[in-house]
Amino acid sequence: MEEKIAVVGAGSTKFRPDTSEQNWKELMFEGASKAYTDAGLNPRKDIDSFVTCAEDYWEGFSIYDEFVPDQLGAAMRPTCTVCGDGLHGLAIACMQIMSGMVDVVAVEAHSKISDLNTYNDVVLFAFDPIYNRPLAGHPYYVAGMEMNAFLNGSGNTEEQCAGVVSKNMTNALKNPLAAYGKRVGVGDVMGSEPMFSPAKKLDIAELVDGSVVLVLARAEKAKDIADNPIWITGFGWNSGTPWLEGRTWGRASYAEEAAKMAYKMAGIAEPRSEIGFAEVDDKFSYKELMHLEAVGLAGRGQAGNDLENGRFHADGDLPINASGGSLGCGNLIEASGLHRALEVVLQLRGQAEGRQLNDVERGLAQSWRGVPTASGAAAIFER
Amino acid sequence: MTKPENPRGVELSSKQMKEGDVIVNKWDPRVKYAWATGEAISRFLEEMKNGKLIARKCDSCDRILFPPRMFCEECFKPTTEWVYIKDTGKIETYSISYLDKDARRITDPIFVGVVSIDGASEKMGIMHYFDETTKEDIHIGMPVKAVWKPPEEREGAITDIKYFRPLKEGEE
Repeated sequence: MEEKIAVVGAGSTKFRPDTSEQNWKELMFEGASKAYTDAGLNPRKDIDSFVTCAEDYWEGFSIYDEFVPDQLGAAMRPTCTVCGDGLHGLAIACMQIMSGMVDVVAVEAHSKISDLNTYNDVVLFAFDPIYNRPLAGHPYYVAGMEMNAFLNGSGNTEEQCAGVVSKNMTNALKNPLAAYGKRVGVGDVMGSEPMFSPAKKLDIAELVDGSVVLVLARAEKAKDIADNPIWITGFGWNSGTPWLEGRTWGRASYAEEAAKMAYKMAGIAEPRSEIGFAEVDDKFSYKELMHLEAVGLAGRGQAGNDLENGRFHADGDLPINASGGSLGCGNLIEASGLHRALEVVLQLRGQAEGRQLNDVERGLAQSWRGVPTASGAAAIFER
Repeated sequence: MTKPENPRGVELSSKQMKEGDVIVNKWDPRVKYAWATGEAISRFLEEMKNGKLIARKCDSCDRILFPPRMFCEECFKPTTEWVYIKDTGKIETYSISYLDKDARRITDPIFVGVVSIDGASEKMGIMHYFDETTKEDIHIGMPVKAVWKPPEEREGAITDIKYFRPLKEGEE
């Protein structure tokens, strides 16, 4: 990447299933205030542009973009909303800097999903109206279908998926932001209620609210603002086919392509030896294994074995989701990717408290937009 | 009925649609929300029920923000204090709407506009209806006062005020 861009500020609310004492503006104000305080910047004069990641149906407003500026310090300033995951927003922010138009950009993503009473119906509403939606039912069966194809095709097992849940929920016990830290074993997961077979209750991340904000700056500014700038050296994004009928089930093609794009930009040829740790999407347990294989951090069909051998545990060779991931922290909807980026930044700064990984130099954050999408993004961060 | 010679195709009547002569796929999206009002709006609504308007003060820029909010968007700082303001003000702008939301013509047009409330900072106010006035009399800058529903009918909503009417001489 020619233009060097750094994360100079990072902040977040805690992640909680219910935040009824705050409205969505107050929640975002809290996340933004923390990030700007962390950066030591006054958004009213020091930040040139603001990006929010939101989707009208999650929020319950038409043209939600219009409701964003005040709580980010963006009133009467350049602001735009990206209808995508937080890492899509991060990519847009980087490109604004690379274009030369701005020097410092704030990226916000949030979930106020507790305001939505009909989550399943909104997800179902994202299905093709003619071919898929009339089948109705709970839309998460698409994840069950994908899990089935993935396990069948790759040779990974349900027990190994349960191992992901056990690892991530346990990791979350050391993350003060996390909502679902819990000591669970493979047996607990295997014994939990069948939901969308082969997916069981504990294989599925629960929804949470939260707001995450990162502040990015071009190199010459970044060095003035931060003592510990974390460099964004690559990013990418990709969408697979919307046709449920035409997907390469069992392979996360969007993640393969998004990572390829990011690796190319960052000059990474051998991700397995060049990346020290990663936060990857785990909204469903199998997704972590699937994504690790897609982004080249595990061989095809090997992710489950690697997990069982302890490679992805916090004390393993390649710690994955030390934050607790979505299974341990909760599913933050469009903020999920930005939360993963936040964790990578905190780890690289050495600010991950009780879950701090040793000697980390470079990390990957990878996102997926959830059922029924085949869309995601990736970003590489370095110290 | 059909006009095969028409290159633009075949016209369909609503009767044909209703009677199933054409294939129709329907979906009623179920999208329901219960937005948390949060700190500022909750207090605002409670006070509406009491027949009062309440604002928040920013002690950085000294503005009285109304409707109230927990942070000042100019200073980007938390606001610090609750302040009661009056239920009178001046019309900032208005329109007389002759159509309802389905674009049907209505016999009694709706007077609707923004009132800057006395006691709040400039450009701080409320959007509402106007009544007890005429097309001829209503004007920008007109002093007005809230007409509240009786206490037992108030429910903590913007409609606890029925409308704003012209301020009478000597009235506060």
